[in-house]
Amino acid sequence: MKINKNIAISESGFIFNPGTGDSFSTNPIGAEIIQLLKDDKKPSEIIKVISSKYQIDGPSFEKDLEDFYSQLRDGSLTAYE
Amino acid sequence: MEKLRYERPAIKKLNAGLMNKFGTRTEYAPCTHIDGVAVKDLIKEYGSPVFVISERTIRKTSQNANRAFKTRYPKVQFAWSYKTNYIDAVCNVFHQEGSWAEVVSIFEYQKAIDNGVPGNKIIFNGPEKSVADLEQAVNNGSFIHIDHFDELYDLIELTGRIKKKAKVAIRVNMDTGIYPMWDRFGFNYETGQAWNAITKIMASEYLELEGLHSHIGTFMLSTQAYSIAASKLSDLAVNIKYKYNKAIHYLDLGGGFPSANTLRGSYLPGADVIPSIDDFAEAITSTILNYGYKTEDLPLLILETGRALIDDAGYLLGSVLANKRLSDGRRATIMDFGVNILFTSFWYEHKITPAQEFSQHTEDMVMYGPLCMNIDVVRQSVNLPLLNKGDQVVVHKVGAYNMTQWMQFIAMRPKVILIDMDGKPHIIRENETVDTLRSMERKPDYLKKFKL
Repeated sequence: MKINKNIAISESGFIFNPGTGDSFSTNPIGAEIIQLLKDDKKPSEIIKVISSKYQIDGPSFEKDLEDFYSQLRDGSLTAYE
Repeated sequence: MEKLRYERPAIKKLNAGLMNKFGTRTEYAPCTHIDGVAVKDLIKEYGSPVFVISERTIRKTSQNANRAFKTRYPKVQFAWSYKTNYIDAVCNVFHQEGSWAEVVSIFEYQKAIDNGVPGNKIIFNGPEKSVADLEQAVNNGSFIHIDHFDELYDLIELTGRIKKKAKVAIRVNMDTGIYPMWDRFGFNYETGQAWNAITKIMASEYLELEGLHSHIGTFMLSTQAYSIAASKLSDLAVNIKYKYNKAIHYLDLGGGFPSANTLRGSYLPGADVIPSIDDFAEAITSTILNYGYKTEDLPLLILETGRALIDDAGYLLGSVLANKRLSDGRRATIMDFGVNILFTSFWYEHKITPAQEFSQHTEDMVMYGPLCMNIDVVRQSVNLPLLNKGDQVVVHKVGAYNMTQWMQFIAMRPKVILIDMDGKPHIIRENETVDTLRSMERKPDYLKKFKL
């Protein structure tokens, strides 16, 4: 999963996609994941970062991460790999 | 270092468009306590899901309804509608508040007797009353509301045989401007059927016509309909006085007042569209007072209000079983309660609030119950904070009908808890177990063994 490099994301979780003109809002953990994706982190690295910082175990978070990826794809926020 | 509280990652597209003139709902508050008792403690102690009833709310609502009518009319009597919620503890809170019992089957009748309600303070409604049921009601001096001519003839025959007077009323159906018209119960006013029944009763030796009853519909949003009903019942009462020189003892306007729940498809929340109990009281009492009764002939006004007195007092606590995403991208949340115990979700958009703190981020979702059945949808579309597996929620205003119409289907029915006036929880109905089912089933010997 790679995030579209053009998208702009603010600290408060406001996302703007200049390619489509769409805007989105995400929660702090979503913003953190997008930032990790922008830094080209692999899913296993993201799972490690989040599960060590938040009250969630790796397998449980992996399920939510997959769902978050599908939301990013639905919003055309991902780049072709 | 302590880990931070986790919230599912979520993203929501922002749509710019026409403003909703009512604005977007932005405030959400978790419902962490009911009458001072923590929701998480209730679930920990009694399991999930669990129904919770607030005695404080029942009493407050009942007292408010009594005030609304008794400050406007000299003689008012409420009768608790057993079918709305016939758990004994609930019934007895209403009886302690002065309500009689209104029952629609012999099973409810027996419950009322067992609860200690005197026979002469039970109103026996409904289309199904066997001769044995009628005999019991006659012997106890209960008010029998006759539903059809077959029942009337049964009563004439019975009372003639046992040589005892029966206190009766007839249920009258009528056009009050509400459609569909409820004409399947009782005798019709417009066609003269009701008057025909009255003349038969007046001619009978052992039937004492005590009252006239109507029950024009359910979840009524119009006070005018009650005004028309009171007017038509009064017309019959005045004519009885004129023809037979008999003052009718009571008019029973039945039930049907709505609660503040939101009906499916309603544009506005229920609380914004329903008339208040004072509005109904004003419409009914002013019609009777202005009808032209002599002061000494003013009938007792009986009300069989159910839903409007108990819905607010009931809560259903439950937990999130799972989250998933549907093929069209919608979020789906699966709860541990479904239509099997929340029957009213077929016609209400129940208010549902999380029972724990959450952030301001929300998402639209379908809320499903746990049944392996396609019909098990609690809310078709609801906007809620991000719920995780195991999170707890509170469904509001579920006191009416759910604890009587619930089904033992796929899952067992849960406990019902009453929180008393001091904030102390009591189990008032145990949960079902597999043994509950086993105790009723019988297996013939030849079906006890098999080889696979």
